[in-house]
Amino acid sequence: MIEIAKEIQTAAYLFASILFILSLGGLASQESAKRGVIYGIVGMIVAIIATVLGQGVEGHVYIIVAIAIASLIGIMVARKVEMTSMPQLVAILHSFVGMAAVLVGFGSYLDPETQALTGAAHTIHLVEVFVGIFIGAITFTGSIVAWGKLDGKIPSKPWAFSALQVMNITLLIACIVLGVFFCKAEGTSGMLPLLIMTGIASFIGVVLVMAIGGGDMPVVVSMLNSYSGWAASAAGFMLGNDLLIVTGALVGSSGAILSMHMCHAMNRSFFSVIFANATASSSQGGEKKAIEGEVTSLNHEEVAALLKEARSVVIVPGYGMAVAKAQYPIYEMVQTLRKAGKNVRFAIHPVAGRLPGHMNVLLAEANVPYDIVLEMDEINEDMPSTDVVMVIGANDVVNPSAQDDPASSIYGMPVIEVWKAEKVIIMKRSMSAGYSGEDNPLFYKPNSEMLYGDAKVSVEKLLGFLKA
Amino acid sequence: MKVGIPSEIFPNELRVAATPKTVKRLQKQGFEVFIQKGAGAKANFSDKEFEEAGAKIVATAADIYGQSDIVLKVKEPSMEEVDLMKEGLVMLSYLWPAQNQPLLQKLADKKVNAVAMDAIPRISRAQKMDVLSSMANIAGYRAVIEGSYHFGRFLNGQITAAGKVEPAKVLVIGAGVAGLAAIGAANSLGAIVRAFDTRKEVAEQIESMGATFLTVEIEEDGATSSGYSKEMSPAFIEAEMKLFLEQAKEVDIVITTAQIPGRPAPKLWMDYHVAAMKPGSVIVDLAASTGGNCALTKNGEVYTTDNGVVMVGKLNQLPSQASQLYGNNLCHLLDDMGKAEKWKIDMEDAVVSRAMVTYNGKINWPPAPLPVSPTAGGKVKVVPPTEAETKATNEAAAKKATTSMIITLALVGGLLLLVGKYAPSEFIQHFTVFVLSIFVGWQLITNVAHALHTPLMAVTNAISGIIVVGGLLQTTNDIKDPVTIIAFIAILIASINIVGGFMVTHRMLKMFKK
Repeated sequence: MIEIAKEIQTAAYLFASILFILSLGGLASQESAKRGVIYGIVGMIVAIIATVLGQGVEGHVYIIVAIAIASLIGIMVARKVEMTSMPQLVAILHSFVGMAAVLVGFGSYLDPETQALTGAAHTIHLVEVFVGIFIGAITFTGSIVAWGKLDGKIPSKPWAFSALQVMNITLLIACIVLGVFFCKAEGTSGMLPLLIMTGIASFIGVVLVMAIGGGDMPVVVSMLNSYSGWAASAAGFMLGNDLLIVTGALVGSSGAILSMHMCHAMNRSFFSVIFANATASSSQGGEKKAIEGEVTSLNHEEVAALLKEARSVVIVPGYGMAVAKAQYPIYEMVQTLRKAGKNVRFAIHPVAGRLPGHMNVLLAEANVPYDIVLEMDEINEDMPSTDVVMVIGANDVVNPSAQDDPASSIYGMPVIEVWKAEKVIIMKRSMSAGYSGEDNPLFYKPNSEMLYGDAKVSVEKLLGFLKA
Repeated sequence: MKVGIPSEIFPNELRVAATPKTVKRLQKQGFEVFIQKGAGAKANFSDKEFEEAGAKIVATAADIYGQSDIVLKVKEPSMEEVDLMKEGLVMLSYLWPAQNQPLLQKLADKKVNAVAMDAIPRISRAQKMDVLSSMANIAGYRAVIEGSYHFGRFLNGQITAAGKVEPAKVLVIGAGVAGLAAIGAANSLGAIVRAFDTRKEVAEQIESMGATFLTVEIEEDGATSSGYSKEMSPAFIEAEMKLFLEQAKEVDIVITTAQIPGRPAPKLWMDYHVAAMKPGSVIVDLAASTGGNCALTKNGEVYTTDNGVVMVGKLNQLPSQASQLYGNNLCHLLDDMGKAEKWKIDMEDAVVSRAMVTYNGKINWPPAPLPVSPTAGGKVKVVPPTEAETKATNEAAAKKATTSMIITLALVGGLLLLVGKYAPSEFIQHFTVFVLSIFVGWQLITNVAHALHTPLMAVTNAISGIIVVGGLLQTTNDIKDPVTIIAFIAILIASINIVGGFMVTHRMLKMFKK
């Protein structure tokens, strides 16, 4: 095997870093996004080859075997996964990074080379190992719980108790104390405190995500994304590897920004999402507004007749559309309506679905052109001139309480103002509340009508009537 | 409450302040309507029509001024008319308060509460009572009609058996309400229309009416907060004059509409412009009554210059149409003031307080400024703070920002110093890279489109699989070594992440189509 000099390796790392930066930058627009992915892939290949060919790397056979097996699994997973279960996939992949970070941390601690370090350098290295494993462990278990919740294996209701905060802080202090013991221990005798800390961190990861409700999932997923980056960065510090540091920091800060975007879209502070839970939300107290009016419903034929008459239609999809996998028949319906000369558009709320940008991906999967998919801010002003709005599997993002009921837990969150349209059709399976647990006065408004049933089946029926 | 409408005594004033239609409307508002005999004659409304509409005919102006609570009038009253007015009378008419100080004084002395319809502030809410706009609209239309009457040819281009007719070229100067109305009328008659205005913001309005927007190559915007344009710099005026000279040689009809309230109209079309025009061309000067935009305009006269250009300095007022619109404006104002039932002179009201130029024996002019700019779409712009204010607030904000910036920087600097003091050099190097990368990441992601957030997550996820490097560095040739086993697993799962992440991102992006 050829070996390359340290300098060349560093140069290769720099090249890889640049490619990663270009990769993230490329995702700024639809046009350059595909190029961005290519940059990322090339960067990764360069990084791996430069590392493997570097001085002192042994066990090439094992490395190749590991990567070969992994590639097979990766390709299979990526091909098989359905777009509706994208959130689960992203979550489970995050957990892999967390797991890898923990393993690399332990490896680094056991590595005889690093044990030879002395003085401040040794202490700093131990701190790096400790912090790296801490973040890695939280990412690992947190992501697994997130995956479970998204996949429906764990109930998505927030699981929390009043002393949660206190417990988390106590555990955190315990970790710091363990850290002090760990740094003072000779040789590898710090293994015990390290293992205990790993256990505690894993537990914190579980509790942290368990306490967060399904509706806040986009924030959690992007937060875990951020954590996985910081874990990689910490690994970079312990191994003295700049590439890991750079890449980890890029991913970490990007995840952090995404979480902040999401929080902003829900009008919640980042900390209230992460540390508090649904019960301690931004509600300002006071009596809840009594809901007036009656829930009325239509059948498919009547809705189809409404659509036939309408000139301008807006569709507001939510998580319900993803669950029912209704995006294909919906787009077919949209095409039918557009052929009839109607102006049909989609309105996407920033936190619709369970992943940032979730709805966009689903609609793209069904070939919906992205220029008729609009953001909340773009479409809200058009609402009063819209004839029919179809709310498909969305609830909280169209809840008028957010604007007019200060007692509501979602008060202040920007919402799509569907009730301003001439007519609102709400496709829903039953009268249950959304993830926030808030009742939705929209259903009781005189201009809104329910259309009960599974979204996909309903849309297919509508399509039948429209084409007839 | 009694509303009275006197005859207009000024000989050239053909309009009347009410029509049979507005009389009905006034009664609906709860008013009793009295009208002087023959008041509508010049606008083609007979006494009989007024009577049928429910008005009572009164013989003399003295009866109107002496017995009504509210008098509706078109032209400002003469001194003699004011003598007839009773104390406490509310009078609505044109007043031109800036030019008519003695009249205001007399009205105030008589304790007449006079509303100057020409002083209604030009804000969105008051558009329905803005007589200047409604009258300007008529003037603009009429300018085209009269201009084409004096112009000896078709306005539209035609190709006929008898030969080809070139379309006429019309230049409209000033794109206010009158200008825009003129553009619309000329355009619908088939002429080629060009328009000039110093305010850049009206370009869109001009184009929407079907004219070409002419402009000079100097970056200067004549828009002001009052909605009227300001006076321009000498360089701008020079360029403007040059542009007009070029146009003068080409165009057939020039319609000028530039007016500045309370001041003589600006001179925009000089004698040399007129001299450059073709014989048979027409100039319609809508500003004739305030001195004219054209140097050669004679107010109230139509004449032909030595080189054969027809100068139109007076326009038919379309009295019937104008009376109807003016009457509607008055009704809207009365509506706003509470109709008969809840009648109230509310000096807190933005419109009333500015238009009510004499109130309870005092002159209330000039009014407090109410700066607005009628932008495209009729939206009212927020009042921009004065330059000094903006500067002051900016400076204060900058100062505050600087202070907090200095504190933050000092804190960060101190912390970094501490790190530098105790940490080994290698750590500092890594730390530098780390911090800079965070900033790069921050900048990059801020630009990402909302719709691409899922692909972004998937790709960052794949990239964070770079942790594989950690595992790669730790493997040895001895598979029984615990470190190697750990590293092997680490490589395995990190690689799944990399491959899976990139693949799935690619799959997603392939689906995004325009």
